[in-house]
Amino acid sequence: MFDTLVLAALPVEDEALRPAIRAIAEEAGKAVSADVRARSWSGFDRAFSRRLGEAGFLGLTLPKRYGGAERGPFARFVVVEELLCAGAPVAAHWIADRQSAPLILGYGTEAQRDYYIPRICRGELVFCIGMSEPGSGSDLASVRTRADRTANGWRVNGQKIWTTNAAHGDYMIALLRTSGTADDRHAGLSQLIIDLKAPGVTVRPIVDLTGDAHFAEVFFEDVELPADALIGNEGEGWKQVTAELAFERSGPERIYSSVVLLDAWIRHLQGGGRDDSATLALVGDFTARLATLRAMSIACTARLALGESPVVEASLVKDLGTSFEQELPVAIGDDLAGHPDEPVDAELYRTLLYVTHIAPSFSLRGGTREILRGIIARGMGLR
Amino acid sequence: MDYSDILEPFERMLETVATPTAVRAIERGEPVDAMWNAIAASGFLDALVAEAAGGFGLPVATVQPLWQALGRHAVPLPVGETMIARALLADAGLAAPTGPVLLVVAAPGQSVVVPLGLVARHALVEQDGQLGLVEIAPGSAASTGVAASLAARIEGAAIAASFPAPAGGLRALAALLRAALIAGAADRLVTMTTSYANERVQFGKPIGRQQALQQNLAVMAEDAVAARIASQLGCAGSFPPPLAAAATAKSVASKAAARIAATAHAVHGAIGISAEHDLQLFTRRLHEWRLADGSESYWNRQLGAVRLADAGASVDFVRTRIAPAA
Repeated sequence: MFDTLVLAALPVEDEALRPAIRAIAEEAGKAVSADVRARSWSGFDRAFSRRLGEAGFLGLTLPKRYGGAERGPFARFVVVEELLCAGAPVAAHWIADRQSAPLILGYGTEAQRDYYIPRICRGELVFCIGMSEPGSGSDLASVRTRADRTANGWRVNGQKIWTTNAAHGDYMIALLRTSGTADDRHAGLSQLIIDLKAPGVTVRPIVDLTGDAHFAEVFFEDVELPADALIGNEGEGWKQVTAELAFERSGPERIYSSVVLLDAWIRHLQGGGRDDSATLALVGDFTARLATLRAMSIACTARLALGESPVVEASLVKDLGTSFEQELPVAIGDDLAGHPDEPVDAELYRTLLYVTHIAPSFSLRGGTREILRGIIARGMGLR
Repeated sequence: MDYSDILEPFERMLETVATPTAVRAIERGEPVDAMWNAIAASGFLDALVAEAAGGFGLPVATVQPLWQALGRHAVPLPVGETMIARALLADAGLAAPTGPVLLVVAAPGQSVVVPLGLVARHALVEQDGQLGLVEIAPGSAASTGVAASLAARIEGAAIAASFPAPAGGLRALAALLRAALIAGAADRLVTMTTSYANERVQFGKPIGRQQALQQNLAVMAEDAVAARIASQLGCAGSFPPPLAAAATAKSVASKAAARIAATAHAVHGAIGISAEHDLQLFTRRLHEWRLADGSESYWNRQLGAVRLADAGASVDFVRTRIAPAA
């Protein structure tokens, strides 16, 4: 089953990007402690993102005529892998590069492509994704925030929540109801691009349990948008969002969320010279699973490179990957505290507890574990 | 020859000769000659033997799907073991016997459990880094007493004429084979269990419509794909494989094996426990292969030691030591 997911090697020309991106990523993480590097996804640094843009490491999957590198998903895999493993701050370009630009490329008008995509490729624009609402989490089709047609465009009223990057962002691509009611479910939804500086938009950051405020509530009160705020076709928002989520779910970011902790723990073991059989077995288990998950993620990337949208396969890799990411802090916590007489340095301890506390989000963002398993079950022919 | 040119005839042949009825007959102790002769006549036993020595000289990555097919059909003969043994013997310039050959790592006098030990008369035995072909004396392969199992308890006899074992030893090669067999049987079990869940009606609908079952079956599919990819990783490079690659394959496949067998039985309910149902042909093998040639914790310890000896980052380690080359 799922026989299309087969081992693939990274092409030599894409692997060749590694030294250059590594130099930039390591430079960014050099003076930063591991618990900050472990925040890679939420590390927000516009200057760093612009630097990546200048060096040609953004828009790797996008056409050259819009400022992209036209390299494809394998190149993006190498670059993202290096950024995450170094714990570089990627939040200021992450969403735009991964899904907003491909979405605009796929569904936007020529004018929208010309305006947004080159700026995204230069690392200048921060995007956020307006999907969840107070009453719409996993049941995304129940969104209530509306965009109503006006003489000149659209008027938006309602509220989004748990919106990553909204507090620092430039634009939101929002899933909004443009006709009917929440009872119409998938029909009547559209995607609109909202300038977060527009009058009537209020962003209120939400502090999370680690003390960070990477997500926010966003309120819309009679926000006037031009007609060309619509991305793609009116009423086809659901189809577009599904395609967008496939970009979100299939990258290497779904296996590396705890890798900074893993490396810090391994250095701790190497420093202390601990090599009893239980320790070796735990290190070996993590290593075997990481190797396999990486191979699965590359196999998934190979399907993307063929122009497919491997929704089921990506769900499969993400579910296994996030389970691994979440098991790491639990097992490493037990290992360290299972040796109470062994000193643990403050940085490793902070990293462990940061990852422990934030780990539940790994299987929430981009679709919960239960939703993904439902997608896999459907792909298996169940239902 | 491309992949399907090799796999398809092999799989068709197995479908004909290794039916569940034929598998059960051999498990009851009936003669193996008909099945063995059909497989031997196909020529695939020399898949790994160098072309210069009269074999196909296929890379192990191409042979891996054949091993998976053996697992998918619960083939009750040591076909994969014989492929490996024949390649090693040919490399040493030695002739192979016509019958099945086991892979055994055992010091003189040490007793080890060897899958399919009851249906082979020869073994390639490793002792102190040396390999030797040994004829298994009548009566020296003892049944393990496990129902329907063809595994045998074999005592290591001193090897006479010997040649150096490959780097990493016989156990790493056998581990690669076991991982592929597990991946093949796991794939079969996912298909069987999904079909059953779509057919079996309880509470007025197929049980496969229950979310609780769907979630478990999704995890089962994840484990099966992980076992397959890990097996492919193990077979992606050289033969004999780097230790880290063999360890990854067997660790991930062995861990998946027990979980997959458990879910397959949980979904099938009582009928899956019966000897009459084919499910047990595959789940019993998953457990046997998991325990053979080092379980997940054995290979995790081997891999952990190699990893801790490397000062680099985790992703660099898996990228350079356990990944296919472009």
